[in-house]
Amino acid sequence: MSPEAKNPIENFLRMDRIPHIWCSGCGIGTVVSSFADALEKSRLDLDKVAIVSGIGCTGRVAGYVKLDSFHTTHGRAIPFATGLKLGNPELKVVVFSGDGDIFGIGGNHFIHACRRNMDLVVICVNNFNYAMTGGQVAPTSPEKANLSTAPYGNFEYPFNVPYLAEACGATYVARWTVLHMRQVTTSILEALNHKGLSLIEVITPCVTLYARRNRLGDGLNLLKYYYENSEVRHGADTRTLDIRFQEKITCGKFIDVEKPTFLDCMNTHLTKTLGEKFRPYGV
Amino acid sequence: MKTRKADPKGVMTGAHYLDGDFALAEGALAAGCRFFAGYPITPSTETAERFSERIPFVGGMFIQMEDEIASIAALIGASWSGKKVMTVTSGPGFSLMMENIGLAAMQEVPLVIANVQRGGPSTGLPTLTGQQDMMQARWGSHGDYRIIALSPDSPQECFDLTIQAFNLAELYRVPVFIMTDECVGHMHEKVVIPPADEIDLVERKWYEGPKDAYRPYKPDTDLVPFMIKTGDGYRFHTTGLTHDERGYPVINAEVQDWCVRHLIDKIDKNAEKIIKLEEEQVDGAEVVVLSYGITSRVAIKAVQDARRQGIKVGTIRLLTVWPFPEKRVQELAGKVKAMVMPEINMGQVVKELERSVAGRTKVVSVPHCGGGVHDPDVILKAIKEAVK
Repeated sequence: MSPEAKNPIENFLRMDRIPHIWCSGCGIGTVVSSFADALEKSRLDLDKVAIVSGIGCTGRVAGYVKLDSFHTTHGRAIPFATGLKLGNPELKVVVFSGDGDIFGIGGNHFIHACRRNMDLVVICVNNFNYAMTGGQVAPTSPEKANLSTAPYGNFEYPFNVPYLAEACGATYVARWTVLHMRQVTTSILEALNHKGLSLIEVITPCVTLYARRNRLGDGLNLLKYYYENSEVRHGADTRTLDIRFQEKITCGKFIDVEKPTFLDCMNTHLTKTLGEKFRPYGV
Repeated sequence: MKTRKADPKGVMTGAHYLDGDFALAEGALAAGCRFFAGYPITPSTETAERFSERIPFVGGMFIQMEDEIASIAALIGASWSGKKVMTVTSGPGFSLMMENIGLAAMQEVPLVIANVQRGGPSTGLPTLTGQQDMMQARWGSHGDYRIIALSPDSPQECFDLTIQAFNLAELYRVPVFIMTDECVGHMHEKVVIPPADEIDLVERKWYEGPKDAYRPYKPDTDLVPFMIKTGDGYRFHTTGLTHDERGYPVINAEVQDWCVRHLIDKIDKNAEKIIKLEEEQVDGAEVVVLSYGITSRVAIKAVQDARRQGIKVGTIRLLTVWPFPEKRVQELAGKVKAMVMPEINMGQVVKELERSVAGRTKVVSVPHCGGGVHDPDVILKAIKEAVK
């Protein structure tokens, strides 16, 4: 490679903020690469794509991606993104955040965004713990896993994320492990072209905390382990997608249906009810 | 400062019989607010109802969110999309909004929140009045920052001050609170809405320079940075973390000093331009009654009675409560015998008065726990004792 040659991902990153803060062996950066790849393939006008993150390790993604980018409060990326999108419906709005942020503190917002079929792409990096604060138990932590606030092992039931999303009304749901790079890219690309609430869950090692505490080896080992212990079952019944500690992870695209979005419903309903006095919003 | 006239679509010109809550919604529509996200809470809900009824014909968005936390988060997002945004709430909802009020202050996002106050703490008195959130409005989110708070005393002023609130929010890139209360919110009175071409609206401070030179947090000469809209191709970043002019996080004491001082200075150094007071017979007064919101209207009776009894009483009504009119009360501190401050709380804004006059004048607090307004005789008694 000549010295001038740039990595194509540089076009999508704030290179003046690199190096990033993520640990070596962490999967978040890999998901960002897939995201950049999907953006490039999408041929979207990147000036019209905005990214919103909450708080946590994945919460830092917005800071590194060269789009209009918003680092918000813990758990509130989805309602913030809802305002951004409804404030200017021509934007494509992506929420990029972690499992604790979206399903713990932000769980209520997630279920309501799904219920409304809000036109948002939600990319959730699931590393099974609250990593930024030191590896505490999360709503996604598998039973028996050891966490810093579950030092004798986790005894709570974790969320089955795709099942939750489907039940609440999400219209695109996929799950991959981080080494499924091409599939992650494809899913993000499909989600960018999908109208409605899309959720992509990406299972990612947290090498410094979750892996070390549970003696699961280094980042590379765990990346491979998740990948090799996955099975792809597109269209699988989401009720069967629980993740148990170090057991098989079912991946694939589970839901991809068309349904009017929040804005579609509002415009259709008010046009029908109010007639010509109503001017459809954002079209 | 660029101004333009109101869009006639949102302006319901004419004389109306409205309650304060409805007048807040009409003020917002006249001010060009086209995005409202809220959650029902007594005694503020009528504002959301009115807005949701009117907005389909004006062109804009109303969304009832899943809670108050989501409501304010959505406001911040929509403000970054270029919309003028508002929500309305009361005590418990105001408490839930606090974290994101800090985010709005930190990201310097214009937005308006009306708090139709009720008695607290906790669920308190959902249907009865209070002025107990005044300090919460000022300090409720963690960390150091500044906001602006206005206090209307009538439905007409709910309309007028909502327009002012939007103008101030846009001018200073700051959350602005309309701290009204259940009495004013549910009081029906005549509200005159002027023609659109008599309503001057402040335009957001849009940046117009070269794209690559844009710095979201570089203060302009008035200390307020220029703003842009999401989707306009600036590819900017903003965060709740301590940040530099570029909006990039920097975690050290030096940048923290720059960042926090900026948030404070842009309001404190412009305070004299922001503050609006209504004064009456202050020159030559031996005692001055300071009040705001509904309490001002009750105080009038006490002041009239005191004057009939030969006491020289002046009044200052705080249309702007925060920033506090420190300079003005300091001017008067050596000249008047006493200052009397009734509030429907156990003494909140009066503490700021005490701090400002620093012992140079006697300050008398007239507290009330909420659930009703003062008996004017209680205020009268305080005035009489103050001049003894």
